Amino acid sequence: MDILSNLAMGFGIALSPFTLMLAVAGCFLGTIIGALPGLGPSNGVAILIPLTFTMGLDATSALVLMTAVYYGAMYGGRISSILLNIPGDEPALMTTLDGYPMAKQGRAGDALVLSGVASFVGAFLATIGLMLLAPMLARVAFYFGPAEYFALYLLAFCTLGGMASNNQAKAALASCIGLAIAMIGVDNNSGMPRLTYGNMHLMDGVDFLVAIVGLFAIAEVFFFIESHGKGSSIGVKLDKVGIPWKDIMATKWTMLRASGVGFVAGILPGAGASLGSFLAYMSEKSLAGDKGGFGTGVPKGVAAPEAGNNAAAGGALVPMLTLGVPGSGTTAVLLALLMTLNITPGPTLFTDRPEVVWGLIASLLIANIVLLLMNVPMVKIFVKILMVPAWVLLPGVTMISFVGIYSLSGSYFDLLLMVGFGVLGYVLRKLDVPTVPVILGILLGGNMENALRRAMVLSDGDALFLWSSPIAIGLWIFAIAGFVAPMFMRGLLKKPQRITD
Amino acid sequence: MASDRIFGLVMLFLALAYMASATQIQTSFLADPVGPRAFPLLVGGVAALSSLVIMLRPDPDPDWPVARTFLSLGLAVVVLVAYAYALKPLGFVIPTSIAAGILSYQISPRPVAASLAGIGLSLGLFVLFKFALGLSLIGLPKGWF
Repeated sequence: MDILSNLAMGFGIALSPFTLMLAVAGCFLGTIIGALPGLGPSNGVAILIPLTFTMGLDATSALVLMTAVYYGAMYGGRISSILLNIPGDEPALMTTLDGYPMAKQGRAGDALVLSGVASFVGAFLATIGLMLLAPMLARVAFYFGPAEYFALYLLAFCTLGGMASNNQAKAALASCIGLAIAMIGVDNNSGMPRLTYGNMHLMDGVDFLVAIVGLFAIAEVFFFIESHGKGSSIGVKLDKVGIPWKDIMATKWTMLRASGVGFVAGILPGAGASLGSFLAYMSEKSLAGDKGGFGTGVPKGVAAPEAGNNAAAGGALVPMLTLGVPGSGTTAVLLALLMTLNITPGPTLFTDRPEVVWGLIASLLIANIVLLLMNVPMVKIFVKILMVPAWVLLPGVTMISFVGIYSLSGSYFDLLLMVGFGVLGYVLRKLDVPTVPVILGILLGGNMENALRRAMVLSDGDALFLWSSPIAIGLWIFAIAGFVAPMFMRGLLKKPQRITD
Repeated sequence: MASDRIFGLVMLFLALAYMASATQIQTSFLADPVGPRAFPLLVGGVAALSSLVIMLRPDPDPDWPVARTFLSLGLAVVVLVAYAYALKPLGFVIPTSIAAGILSYQISPRPVAASLAGIGLSLGLFVLFKFALGLSLIGLPKGWF
């Protein structure tokens, strides 16, 4: 068995005492990051990237640490959803629908443990799916030339804009902002500076970490200043925590189905975990019918979105690792991490650096088990951490962001840019313009342009080359459909409203 | 409505300005068929088109905060910019306690708690970064002690 021997190699890398310790620390940190309202997985991972970088960890250790944080944040998001009715991030929104009512019925502990188990099932199955599917997709990806890659990047922007936002024009504009920023700096082909307006600091281009931390973390501070930190107090008391075996057994098929739905949703480039938890919840709701009582605090309504969300998080790694196209905001941040570590995702990653891929997969499995073991007995500790008031938390996050970005290059210019991105993020989010396409644009802009230019060099300037292979044509069709179709499906895909007290 | 129209107009101008500066990009003699100008022009074009659509089909207005809140948001930006400039010459501890204190006060206006949060965060993070994570931070400006 090829997979088993690869996996054994991965565990050989990921199971050293040091990396195991990193995984445990990462899981702990990640759960806290996910649980704190206003600090989601994208935020948390983005702030930690520059810090990991300066700690001088090697690529595998850094990867283990950050994936543990990533999965941990996915787990942690549900704690604030269930106890406070505040989703820590977008995909956790669906968990509030049944989790919070369940907590109000005095079953907060049951809801937390059940969602933890559902997260485990979703993430575990998705990791196995990733192991099976990613090498296959990597083999297909070898047939991708520059024309196909250009179409693929287009597909990512189109589906992200189409599915994850309410207004196509705004999503397209957001992608363009990101792409436009990515063009700044020295041109790869000609070696000439572009769009730097004579500014020496801009010659290197805009670092995507600066943009990510600014758009996510600094913008969040502005939102908290606007709301004066309201809605960060503890909502529901947590009494005793036991293991609700009955609920777990009753929801086992729900978890399996939701994992499948979530995994498929996660694989679609640009769709990501939000769509996964949404589809998982909605499909279980329609399966249960009116008698299912979804929305009133039923265990199935807690298990389905959590399994779907975590399965989608695993599924999103498939296009990210094999094609270098992230499926969601958080995977975009993980892609940023890989690029910072000088690892280029793509089909060659599986053959050139199998130790990275399989080390990553093994560390995902380890992180998952650590999280399950950590979350059931330690959930009370995490709930305590939720009590950190916003007026300590948010200034702290800001200062950590500043130090992290400062340690990248030691220049005040990056800090100013970061504040600028924070303001931009505030304005964009106020106007309902999604910020994830901006990040994706900055991350992928250079590659997308290179793909286009390489394709044109190959064809000597013949634009029809872009549609010269069946794969490319298929990707273009999917891209256009992914952008246009949601306009007609708005009514169908309408998200349920959050419950208000 | 109005917000989206203004936003669309601003973005339209920015997109056109971006395209204008893209035409000024120097090409070298080793140019490929596409050259360094085409992609920025394409991106600017799509951005201009999207801005037009946003102007013509605006969404309902968001809930903008009141003028006072805008003032404190502006103050927060000024504080962060000043902090960015101060970090190098003044060291970590002093600017951080001031900036964190002001931000904390803005989220929850209680002077004593906010200044304690500022000082506590500053010292705590300094110890964490310097000794636990081993970053080379300068605590206080050189020559003070």
